[in-house]
Amino acid sequence: MSHHVDLSQLSKVYATPKGPAVIVKDFNLRIAKGEFVTLIGHSGCGKSTVLSMLAGLSDITEGVIVLAGKELVGAGPDRGVVFQSPSLLPWYTAFENVMLGVEQVFFTASAEERREIVEYYLTVVGLGESMHKRPAELSQGMRQRVGIARAFALKPKMLLLDEPFGMLDSLTRYELQGVLLKLWRENRITTLMVTHDVDEALYLSDRVVCMTDGPEAEVGDIIPVAFPRPRERQAVMDHPDYYPLRERLIEFLEIHAHKKKAAPSATPSAPAAPVAPLVEAAPAPAPRNDAMLVTA
Amino acid sequence: MKAFKFDWLILPLIGIAVVVLLWQISSKTWAKELPTPHKTWEASKEYVLKPFEKRGEMDQGILRFTWYSLILVAKGYAIALIVGTPIGFFLGLSKAFTKTFDPIIQVLRPVSPLAWLPLGLVLFLGAGKQASELGALFTIAICSMWPTVMNTAVGVRAVPQDYLNVAKVLKLSRWKTLTKVLIPATLPYMFTGFRLSLGIAWLVIVAAEMLTGRPGVGGFLWQEYNALLYEHIILCIITIGVVGFILDRLMSLVESRFKTA
Repeated sequence: MSHHVDLSQLSKVYATPKGPAVIVKDFNLRIAKGEFVTLIGHSGCGKSTVLSMLAGLSDITEGVIVLAGKELVGAGPDRGVVFQSPSLLPWYTAFENVMLGVEQVFFTASAEERREIVEYYLTVVGLGESMHKRPAELSQGMRQRVGIARAFALKPKMLLLDEPFGMLDSLTRYELQGVLLKLWRENRITTLMVTHDVDEALYLSDRVVCMTDGPEAEVGDIIPVAFPRPRERQAVMDHPDYYPLRERLIEFLEIHAHKKKAAPSATPSAPAAPVAPLVEAAPAPAPRNDAMLVTA
Repeated sequence: MKAFKFDWLILPLIGIAVVVLLWQISSKTWAKELPTPHKTWEASKEYVLKPFEKRGEMDQGILRFTWYSLILVAKGYAIALIVGTPIGFFLGLSKAFTKTFDPIIQVLRPVSPLAWLPLGLVLFLGAGKQASELGALFTIAICSMWPTVMNTAVGVRAVPQDYLNVAKVLKLSRWKTLTKVLIPATLPYMFTGFRLSLGIAWLVIVAAEMLTGRPGVGGFLWQEYNALLYEHIILCIITIGVVGFILDRLMSLVESRFKTA
């Protein structure tokens, strides 16, 4: 299998007055073409840092990122990014916001073709009626729909989603997950999403990459999610593997949460007691092609 | 509705009445040279009721004088914006530029128009008849541009990182980043600067006209002081204040248009 994206030995170090702070260390991940991978971990563990290095918004301290055979240098519209906040320019309408990117990528296309591209993606995300409204007139969920349309309209080699639904209420979040999944199915764009929502990760992705807590965050566990596609939320949740997988993810996150809390206390014996059994129960960094899911 | 009228009409009128009363009392008691409100009106009537009449170079209706002053201010203010806005952008965008020029700007900023004007006249000494106008323009421009410079710089620094990330991810050219992201995002700050600059430009005009003796509200004020016509000084002060107030209101209107953008 050819790897579409290859992150190898990726490290991020910030210089601080107290000396260098290592956020991410030796992060390795390969993503196949058309794969949907989710990065999960605690807030501040460095998962967004990895994503923003991929987006070219943050410098790579050490290591290499190769996308479609080429080493990445800087940002560019070959990667569609959906930010946590919709990041629309408030002085432009939804249409103009998407057009801004389309003009950059399809500069050889005619004005008519570009208009069609923008209208197509805005219609697909459900904004056919309100594409000429400004962000201030749109709800938070609608704004994020524009953000998704903007990313897909670039026809990028890769899609980067930074907790795209983190600021939405759960009903809107479900709707937008559906919109995202539909677009992804139609375009099969290789995707890396950052989230801390376990259910979201299981519903959307082919693999879930668990990151250990920073500093010096790295890949802790990679869990394949083999629910058949196309996926329906209810069918996924009814799948016999759903809860075991969910347990495994939550357990991973819990262990790392406890580790973090236990770390500052000088005497590990007392507070660590309830944590210890959990550590033992956790599956040690599992082999990548975990065969736990063959039931599908 | 009643409360509205009370707040916006009755109370301000009471305020004005109090000041006029103090003025009246002062002119009757400790400041005998100060003309009373009534005397001021009698002496100023001609200038106010025939505001556009021209009887001589330094004897014209008050609005005609105001008009001359406004034209001079408009020119100097335009120069201030044209020069000040780009400087503000450079300050906001480049740390090196800020480190290089911020100290000198901070030194020049508090210098009074009265100090700049002689220098302005010296600079344009070669211009002959034009020297006084150019000197005045120089003074207005250099005194009034600082709020524009500082506010633009603050605005550029305050552009949300989200917007800059969008520009980076879409790989917008420098020009497009400037026109489609930076300028629209900075506009509200710029207009605050423009409004403050206009206020200063109007302040400076009086000093500039006084020292150059150009026809205008300030020039008229100084001439009438020398002619011992103190009523007209008060007329000029009121005119300058009212015009400044109207200018500020107009700019606030424009400014609030860009606030929501």
